[in-house]
Amino acid sequence: MSRFAEIVRRDLRLALRQGSDSVMVVTFFVLTVVLFPFGIGPEANILARVAPGVLWVTALLASMLSLDRLFQADYEDGSLELLVLTPTPLELVVVAKVAAHWLTTGLPLLAAAPLLAVLLNLDGQGFAALLVTMLIGTPILSLVGAIGAALVLGARRGGVLVSLLILPLYVPVLIFGVGAIDAAIQGLAMRAHLLILAGILVAALPLAPWATSAALRQALE
Amino acid sequence: MVPAMTSVSAASDFSGAGLVCVRGGRVVFANLGFGLSAGDAVVLLGPNGSGKSSLLRVMAGLLKPYAGRLGWRGEAVADNPEAHAARTHYVGHHDAIKPVLSVAENLGFWAGLHQPHAATARQAVATALERFGLAHLASIPGKMLSAGQKRRTNLARLLAAPAPLWLLDEPTTALDRRSVKTLEEVLAEHRAAGGMVVLSTHADIDLPGARELHLDGFAPAEELMEAFL
Repeated sequence: MSRFAEIVRRDLRLALRQGSDSVMVVTFFVLTVVLFPFGIGPEANILARVAPGVLWVTALLASMLSLDRLFQADYEDGSLELLVLTPTPLELVVVAKVAAHWLTTGLPLLAAAPLLAVLLNLDGQGFAALLVTMLIGTPILSLVGAIGAALVLGARRGGVLVSLLILPLYVPVLIFGVGAIDAAIQGLAMRAHLLILAGILVAALPLAPWATSAALRQALE
Repeated sequence: MVPAMTSVSAASDFSGAGLVCVRGGRVVFANLGFGLSAGDAVVLLGPNGSGKSSLLRVMAGLLKPYAGRLGWRGEAVADNPEAHAARTHYVGHHDAIKPVLSVAENLGFWAGLHQPHAATARQAVATALERFGLAHLASIPGKMLSAGQKRRTNLARLLAAPAPLWLLDEPTTALDRRSVKTLEEVLAEHRAAGGMVVLSTHADIDLPGARELHLDGFAPAEELMEAFL
C-alpha cells in the first residue's frame, strides 16, 4: 500500500511541477462550454435544456485531452520499464497512476462544473445530480481512458488515435450521466441511472487496470 | 562452435535453459542457457543485434522468451514475476530521470518502490548519492544533468535498494573514467557480498573472474530459422 501511495505522490508532484495538464484540461472545459451560449444564442430556456448534455460532452472531451500523456512520458524516458519491474503487481501501479490522473483532471472538472452550470442556466434541481454523476463518472473516464493511452504507446499521433479508440467506450457514461440529470430536473427518480453508472464504475475498476496492464506489457515487448 | 554454457548446473541460483528469442519474425538467439551462482558475473559479448539487450530484457522479465525457461533456485521465474522484480535491478538504455524532480527525489522514488521502510530508503539514497559522487547535486532538477550524471543517478539505484541480481545493459555509456572505476568497485563489492551481475558492454570493464557469454555463438543457422517459424 505504501508503494501505491508512493506512485500517486510522485505523479501528483510531477503534475504540480509541470502544471500544464490540469490547467489545460479545466481551461478547455470552461472555454468550450462558454462557446455554447454564443453559438446557440442567449435564450435561457434553450440553454437550460441543453445544459446537462453540453456539460457532460465537454467534460468527456476535456478529460481525454490529457490522456495521451498518462503513460507517454514514462514510456519515453524508460520509467515505464522500471515501473513494470517493481515488486508490485502492474495492475496496482496502473490504478495508482489512474488515481493521480483523476485527482489532477477529474477533480478540477468536478470543481468547475457547478460554475459552468450556472452560466448555462441549469435548473436548480439538476445541480446535485450533476455533481453526483460527475463524481461517479469521471473516475470511469480515467479508468477506461487508461486502456486507450496504453494501447497507443509508441504510435505516431497517439492523441488522435486515443480519441478514436476511447470515445465510443465513453458513450454509456454520457447516456446515464445526462439521463440522471434530466430525470432530476423533471422531478423523476434518478436512482436507476446512478445505479447503472455506479455499476459501470465497479466493473471498470478491476477490468480497466487489467486490460491496461496487458497493453503496457505489449508496448514494452 | 559449441556453446560453452548450455548445460545448467543444478547449484545455480539463477539459470536459464533452452532460451529462444524472436524479434520481428527473426530468431535472435536459440537454445541459450546460463547459470549464475552467488558472486558470479557474466559479460555478454557479441556484435550489434546479436541479442545482448534482448537477453537482458528476457532475464529481467520485460520480454517473454519464445521458448525455454528461467529459474531462480529451482522455481520458474514466470510463476512469480513480483518476487523476481524484488530481487532484480535492471539498468537499460534509458535513464528514467524525470526532468522536474531533483536527483534525490528521482532516486528516492525508485528506492521507495523497492524498499518500503521510508527511513531505511532515505538513508540508502544518501549513501548511494555519496558513492557515485552525486551528493552535491542532490537538489538539482533532473533536466540540468549531463548525460553522464544522469547515468550515474540511474546506477545509484543499484545501491539505493538492495537486490541480489543486477542486469546492466551497457552501464558504462557516457561515464567518465573515474565513474567507471567507481562502478567497477561497486560491482566487486556486490559480488563479494554474494550478489550476481550480468552486463553487456562494448567498452573495457574490469570484472575479475567474470565469465564471457558470446551471443553470436547462439545465432541459429539459416535452415534452422526456417524450421522455427
